[in-house]
Amino acid sequence: MPVTLNINGEDKKVDVAEDTPLLWVIRDELNLTGTKFGCGVASCGACTVHINGKPVRSCQTNIQDVEKSKITTIEGLSGKTSKAVQDAWRELNVVQCGYCQSGQIMSAVGLLSKNPKPTDQEIDTAMQGNACRCATYQRIRAAIHLAATKLEA
Amino acid sequence: MTIETTRRNLLKGVAATGTALFIGYNTNGILNHTIANAAENLDVTSFNPFVKIASDGTVTVIIKHFEMGQGTTTGLTTLVAEELDANWENIKIEFAPSDNEKYKNLAFGAQGTGGSTAIANSFIQYRTAGAAVRTLLIEAASKKWSISSKEISIENGLIKAGNKSAHFGEVIKEAAALPLPEKPNLKTPDQFKLIGKANMPRKDNVDKTDGTAMFAMDVKVPNMVYAVILRSPRFGGTLVSFQTDEAKRVKGFIDAKPMPSKDGIAVYASSTWAAISAKRVIEAKWDYSKAENRSTKQIADAHLEVLKKTPNFQTRKGGDFEKTKQAISTSAKKVEAEFTLPYLAHAPMEPLNCVIEPHSDGGITLHDGCQFPGIVHPTLAKIIGLKPEQVKIKTYYAGGSFGRRATAKSDYAVEAAFAFKLFGGKKAVKLVWTREDDLAGGYYRPMAAHRVEIGLSDKGEISAWNHHIVTQSIIKGTPFEGALVKDGVDHTSVEGVADAEYEIPGFSVGLTDWTSKIPVLWWRSVGHSHSAYVKEVSMDLAAKAAGKDPVQFRLNYLKSDNKDQKRLAGVIKLAAKKADWEKPLPKGWARGIAAHKSFSTYVAEVVEISSTDGNIKIERVVCAVDCGLAVNPDVIKAQMEGGIGFGLGAIMRNQITLAEGEVEQANFPDYEPLRINDIGKIEVHITPSVEAPTGVGEPGVPPAGPALANAIMALKGTPLLTLPLNENGVDFA
Repeated sequence: MPVTLNINGEDKKVDVAEDTPLLWVIRDELNLTGTKFGCGVASCGACTVHINGKPVRSCQTNIQDVEKSKITTIEGLSGKTSKAVQDAWRELNVVQCGYCQSGQIMSAVGLLSKNPKPTDQEIDTAMQGNACRCATYQRIRAAIHLAATKLEA
Repeated sequence: MTIETTRRNLLKGVAATGTALFIGYNTNGILNHTIANAAENLDVTSFNPFVKIASDGTVTVIIKHFEMGQGTTTGLTTLVAEELDANWENIKIEFAPSDNEKYKNLAFGAQGTGGSTAIANSFIQYRTAGAAVRTLLIEAASKKWSISSKEISIENGLIKAGNKSAHFGEVIKEAAALPLPEKPNLKTPDQFKLIGKANMPRKDNVDKTDGTAMFAMDVKVPNMVYAVILRSPRFGGTLVSFQTDEAKRVKGFIDAKPMPSKDGIAVYASSTWAAISAKRVIEAKWDYSKAENRSTKQIADAHLEVLKKTPNFQTRKGGDFEKTKQAISTSAKKVEAEFTLPYLAHAPMEPLNCVIEPHSDGGITLHDGCQFPGIVHPTLAKIIGLKPEQVKIKTYYAGGSFGRRATAKSDYAVEAAFAFKLFGGKKAVKLVWTREDDLAGGYYRPMAAHRVEIGLSDKGEISAWNHHIVTQSIIKGTPFEGALVKDGVDHTSVEGVADAEYEIPGFSVGLTDWTSKIPVLWWRSVGHSHSAYVKEVSMDLAAKAAGKDPVQFRLNYLKSDNKDQKRLAGVIKLAAKKADWEKPLPKGWARGIAAHKSFSTYVAEVVEISSTDGNIKIERVVCAVDCGLAVNPDVIKAQMEGGIGFGLGAIMRNQITLAEGEVEQANFPDYEPLRINDIGKIEVHITPSVEAPTGVGEPGVPPAGPALANAIMALKGTPLLTLPLNENGVDFA
């Protein structure tokens, strides 16, 4: 089935089986491999992308539903919130294996975009769908606070 | 600087593009160096580098270990950069090709990563390479500038003498013509600038935050087909028949072929999704006559049955089973407990996968987050029918492992090799495991049952400790058996108890092997993952029976002058102090402590919890670690934080269970990983030390679970002997 998707500001035409989740279009067809496959059932968050600016699990996103949407992957992040988050992640050495971190960052940017000064509790609520088997959670929490501070400055 | 000289330098730079100086060890372990136009022109049969210096001055450190998040790319780079006085920002990393001689783990004698050995085995080797380069570059500059080498220094990546200054690339031609020092002088600890420095930026923290980091899962090569494997739902089942009528309707489905091992069907398609979709609709019939057909309850009961008998092996030096039994029977007080710990999956975030790519000359490249090239390389050559030199391994970042990527059988690489061969051997094949495959696919931390009997004197002192462990050996039946099983004992089944530091008058540790068709494997911290839980919870049970404080009680058995006891006592005291052990907590709050040595590193952890309406919340974890000289303090802290999270999550709520042989956990909702809201603050304190550095990837795990259980026991009073906790009477907030 031919579909046109707007990803990272560009229209991309793909021809895939109609039940192909957005994740696999992004990874296998468009070679944007920063978005990861972790579980396929929307329970780990490694596949998180932005649909019209909101974090969404791409492994459970039907491509027909997002034909008219703006899709952003980790490769397409731009703007000061994204930069603050990525800088904070680097400053605090958040990553370990790194596999879940694209998804973590997409969720964190989504959170700070609507709530520029989240509390620990708000961070936990927004981020609990993003699993990290390396358990980098405490640094994720700290990095979101740091990014918030950077955005204030 | 004039415009002319700038242009001339620029031209020189262009002309020299690709030329680089390579420094490394030859097969005899002797330092060697050579200059070549590009890495491709290097004669890698006789020489593989550890350090490359490009003509533009960029330093590349070749990483012989794989990076699964433990920080080895940062650690090994620090060792070279320290001795070389290189500029941290100007150093790149590159994973070594597979080469069992030149890039062997000096602790194993083969190329591979595990057992928290990366820094320990590389500490002198990588520093020596860095120091050799430094000496060489100074000599080269001395020649080039006609200045005595004594007047030349290297600072932050620049060679300096008076007003003169050059980057490393400017002297590589001179350097290549000079002999390499055989035994270069290494810095003394007081000269360290980078080793021990707080907050060194990780070498992998840019590409892992912008989506460009490459994992094997991200590899796509020309003419590649995707394969998933439909495996027998029960361990030991064999394929009878299958049909693909439904699969043929899946767009992109190519073919399905039975694996030669008869335990699975390789499903081929033109995309990952098509392969997954096709697999779901293939109907297969299996013969379970030789399979593991029991359920977890039966398996656990059978473990406990064996526990009642006399152990097959006695494993603690000086331990005397009969005398210990005797001493306990005449003790004033007795503590008895039977523990059952479940099978656990590693569940790394990146599901297992790899790509086998054929080359026109008949050779292949394996693209993999390869943990053990030393085993995978010869195994692949044999299966595909190639000479070892026709096999190349390209190593990528691994999205976690926790031990799963290193198996004696190279399980998933072997599957990929068969899938590649079955498909004709002409097309690249990418094998992908789904999360469902991962959780049901075996290679678990084995179930372990322990029986502990402790005798206490009327003064509340331990008079004897009798311990029996029943678990499946990870090592027996693998090629490691010859080297690692001694007098019938797989030490990994009893490590942590058989060699526990506590000095107890009668201490006997028995072992009886359990066998089953369920494949088992080392899981982050291996035997310590169960032994530390039992040992440290038992210590608290004994302390309670003796009416003593858990910290003081432990210290009573660590009073001798030997280094082991001192270092373990040291971290217990440090953790207790930093956790305000003596200070009372509000009502409904409690603390628990546990301490354990593993992989030559000493760790104590205090877990502080609160309880609201009976729901337990982990508020704070305080960790003290003694891992010798701290090379990268921030990486050590990160590994402790991660190890604590990994250990706590498993003990709170993870288990792999079988129902009539079939794994009941399908995906993360049934094997819930630790989440951000499960855990409060973690503080890590590193004991200052000049001892040789030891590992940190695993040792953070063992004390976490028992420290949590001890805190809950302090609050609720009931012993916690069966894991996971949430299935055995503990509710978490």
